[in-house]
Amino acid sequence: MKITLWGTRGSLASAGPETVRYGGNTSCVEVRGNDGTILVLDAGTGIRRLGTAIEPEVARVDILLTHLHMDHLQGLGFFDPLHRPDLEVHIWGPPSTTLDLRARLARYLSPPLFPVLLRELPSHPVLHDVPPRRFEVGGFKISADLVCHPGPTVGYRISEGPVSMTYLPDHEPALGVWKFPLDPEWTSGFALAAGADLLIHDAQFTDAEYLTHVGWGHSSIQQATEFATGTGVKRLIPFHHDPSHGDEMLDRLLKGARKSSALPFELLPGTEGTTFRL
Amino acid sequence: MAQKEIEVILMRQLASYLAMPVILVDAEGNLAYYNEPAEALLGRRFDEVGEMPKEVWSTAFGQSEEDGSRIPPESVPLMVALHEHQPVHRILRITGLDGVSRRIEVTAFPLEGQGGRHLGAVSIFWGVEKQ
Repeated sequence: MKITLWGTRGSLASAGPETVRYGGNTSCVEVRGNDGTILVLDAGTGIRRLGTAIEPEVARVDILLTHLHMDHLQGLGFFDPLHRPDLEVHIWGPPSTTLDLRARLARYLSPPLFPVLLRELPSHPVLHDVPPRRFEVGGFKISADLVCHPGPTVGYRISEGPVSMTYLPDHEPALGVWKFPLDPEWTSGFALAAGADLLIHDAQFTDAEYLTHVGWGHSSIQQATEFATGTGVKRLIPFHHDPSHGDEMLDRLLKGARKSSALPFELLPGTEGTTFRL
Repeated sequence: MAQKEIEVILMRQLASYLAMPVILVDAEGNLAYYNEPAEALLGRRFDEVGEMPKEVWSTAFGQSEEDGSRIPPESVPLMVALHEHQPVHRILRITGLDGVSRRIEVTAFPLEGQGGRHLGAVSIFWGVEKQ
């Protein structure tokens, strides 16, 4: 399994000299299987550059959306493969309690927000409401589950043979929990992350910032490390960086997280353009 | 044990902040949680009793009609809400683990998740009147 980070920023694309190392594009992660299967996790602005890296001989791409907030969706219309009529594109995402994924996506891919209608895309993507159970795409076994974040939001656990990675870009497992992390049974996202080889997890805030953003659906980097410790993952990538956090601040936050305690996992920087192999 | 559904986790978190008594059961009818205001009604702290199988809690907390006749476990509001997927409102008496019988007004409602998932049921109580 090869994992490439095409966008690691949260909330708003944040290009500029202060974000040039960690990157300014919003959430998008490519997961390639050993059999060539391509999964795209979220369609933030990072998906545009990923689109240019999809080889012409690729016949199918599956886009897995965690939720439909703009920072996870804004790049979708600029994903070149969607304009290839020969390509099979599947888009998976959570329905709301009253609308299916097609109706929810069409709210963005339609005027006045976007000039091209969803049904006009040359690839004619096949839409799937994410099933609340395991499903398979190519050689990947995928589990999706609702997690703590405003509106219908899922996290994904993707397994290929003996290795697995978990993607929880927008996640607030500490919400309302007086003693975090609580026991596994009562912790949002626990089953998705337990024992994963790699966890990509929301780390938008500092602890001080979290106190004024409780309920916004995000975590501090400290909470992310506690969640990673509790779930027993092998590697953690802090993700969904706050737009106001420049490179130097992210360096300090990572350094602080490494120093705060002996971490039982490897802490890897969430840097746009980085590739990992599991 | 398997992780609880996110709606159940969030319901428990909400209940822990509310000032009215709330009881939460899971999809199987097992007692998953009751909050601090409910502790006063049920006669024991939740931390002491913990989660309870439905066969245990439905008889441990004796529920009866106002005339004193016993309400069968399958007919208590939480169980009706859980199994019939509809809200229930009624007045009854409940005897807590402290042995005190109280007259209460109960509203129970099912927790239904998207995708047709039956997640459990919730009771809220008020108008508590000690005998």
